[in-house]
Amino acid sequence: MWHARNLLGQGRRRGEEVIKGILLACTLVSVITTVGIILILSTESTGFFREVSLVEFLTGTKWAPLFIPQHFGILPLVSGTLLVAVGASFVAMPIGLASAIYLSEYAPDRVRSVVKPLLEILAGIPTVVYGYFALIFVTPALRMLIPQTEIFNALSASIVMGIMIIPMVSSLSEDAMLAVPRSLREAAFALGATKMEVATKVVVPASLSSIVASFVLAFSRAIGETMIVTLAAGATPKLTLNPLVSIQTMTGYIAQVSSGDTPHGSVEYQTIFAVGMTLFLITLLMNIVAQVVTGKYREVY
Amino acid sequence: MHGHPSVHVARLAARKYKNTIFYGLCLAASLVGILVLAVLLGSILAKGLGSLDWQFLTSFPSRFPSKAGLKSALFGSIWLVAIMIPIAFPVGVGTAIYLEEYARRNWLHKVINTNINNLAGVPSIIYGLLGLALFVRWMDLGRSVLAGALTMSLLVLPIIIVASQEAIRSVPDSLRHASYALGASRWQTVRYVVLPAALPGILTGTILAVSRALGETAPMLIVGAWAFIASTPRGPLDPFTVLPMQIYNWTSRPQAAFQDIAAAGIIVLLVVLLVMNAAAIFLRNRYQRRSDA
Repeated sequence: MWHARNLLGQGRRRGEEVIKGILLACTLVSVITTVGIILILSTESTGFFREVSLVEFLTGTKWAPLFIPQHFGILPLVSGTLLVAVGASFVAMPIGLASAIYLSEYAPDRVRSVVKPLLEILAGIPTVVYGYFALIFVTPALRMLIPQTEIFNALSASIVMGIMIIPMVSSLSEDAMLAVPRSLREAAFALGATKMEVATKVVVPASLSSIVASFVLAFSRAIGETMIVTLAAGATPKLTLNPLVSIQTMTGYIAQVSSGDTPHGSVEYQTIFAVGMTLFLITLLMNIVAQVVTGKYREVY
Repeated sequence: MHGHPSVHVARLAARKYKNTIFYGLCLAASLVGILVLAVLLGSILAKGLGSLDWQFLTSFPSRFPSKAGLKSALFGSIWLVAIMIPIAFPVGVGTAIYLEEYARRNWLHKVINTNINNLAGVPSIIYGLLGLALFVRWMDLGRSVLAGALTMSLLVLPIIIVASQEAIRSVPDSLRHASYALGASRWQTVRYVVLPAALPGILTGTILAVSRALGETAPMLIVGAWAFIASTPRGPLDPFTVLPMQIYNWTSRPQAAFQDIAAAGIIVLLVVLLVMNAAAIFLRNRYQRRSDA
């Protein structure tokens, strides 16, 4: 390349450098976004942590920042978030994994080419539509089945959120299963294994790291989801394991307080950044876990 | 291979039986998602179709559900996307070009790529908090459509970057070598060889990013899209609302009549998204055919 460069005019070379600089600047935008998120969440919540100790924030069992006497324990919001996310996982993990097994091991190509895009549609539906569905259809159905269910409840949000994250589990797991080489399957078939035995004893173990990663990513997505829980799960921070009552999640709190003008420097303003920081750290941790799991334990063929 | 042959026959039958049950369960599981999709769409159509007419699309929101319409939300969404694309598209494609065609494959390259992957996993409501502190307060743009569009640009950036990277990576090296052999510079190669070949993939990714932006509610709630607004933006600093915000607002009201028009709003939103995705699939198919040839 060096002699080719010598042939270039001085002006053309400078133009090349300017373009490279512009492209580098574009790249820096995404780096600055990350730095910006961390900086803003930490600076905006320092005001909060000057008044409330970290210990009280992390161990307090009551969240009532807008009432007198004020309580700033985030545990009820964290427990509400986990209650919904764990419930969603109970729906999405078995269904998503079984769908992936069906699509990769059993389905004829023609069926697969119909079923897979249909499942992907589920992933493209806006979350506010799922929220509507949970509140207007799923909750009334639940209240017919279990009459003591409250109008706003964690269960309805869990079920609908579980449906929403099925495609995440199924498509990531299926990709991993398709990457398992044919020879492994054929060896098992030659030993007389049934399709079920091949799926559960060869294909799933071979793609286990990606399946686990898909579970973690789906769980992280469920933790960060806002509209379904805001519409269907309620706005009552409560330290409970009962899925039939109204609770509040971290995202639900941020959304509730932000609907409307939030005066800068007010308690509301400070608390949403403190809760946002907690949410950001939890989801970041889960995403890193997912990356480590896929990177470290991947079987290479 | 010990024991009586009939024991083996019985065990084989049991294993085949278990396989059939397992097959049934897996098939049923993949039908669950499709079934729910059908119920969801069916129930929304049943509730919303009755309120869907020309007047619904051309009226401002109102206290009376029979007079309420989507006009401000439709215009707000169009404004949002119209401001977002000229920001997010060049920055996203520029990033992808830099990472794929210019950057050395060193630790920094790896850090930036990991960072982009992590950004794609950040909950959208966090982008809302970023937009609230950075654009609404610090840059003092207020609860304007510009603040909303800037926030949304940052949110969809990872989608455009990753799609463009994949499209650029799939351009064969032989094309680049041919271009260099003709004496073209690096930028000339990118501009006249790589980008035209990667364009369908890049556009597909951009369309998906726009559909994501059209459906996002949480960040718009935080940066202050208005729940009730009876005007359309006339400039980037004007207040705004967007389609999902309006749907959210109607859904959260207790009166059943508002929930019906929320369903009508959902139908409009889903039709828009359907058209966008059909365009993306059309582009992808055309592209695949061309690269096969």
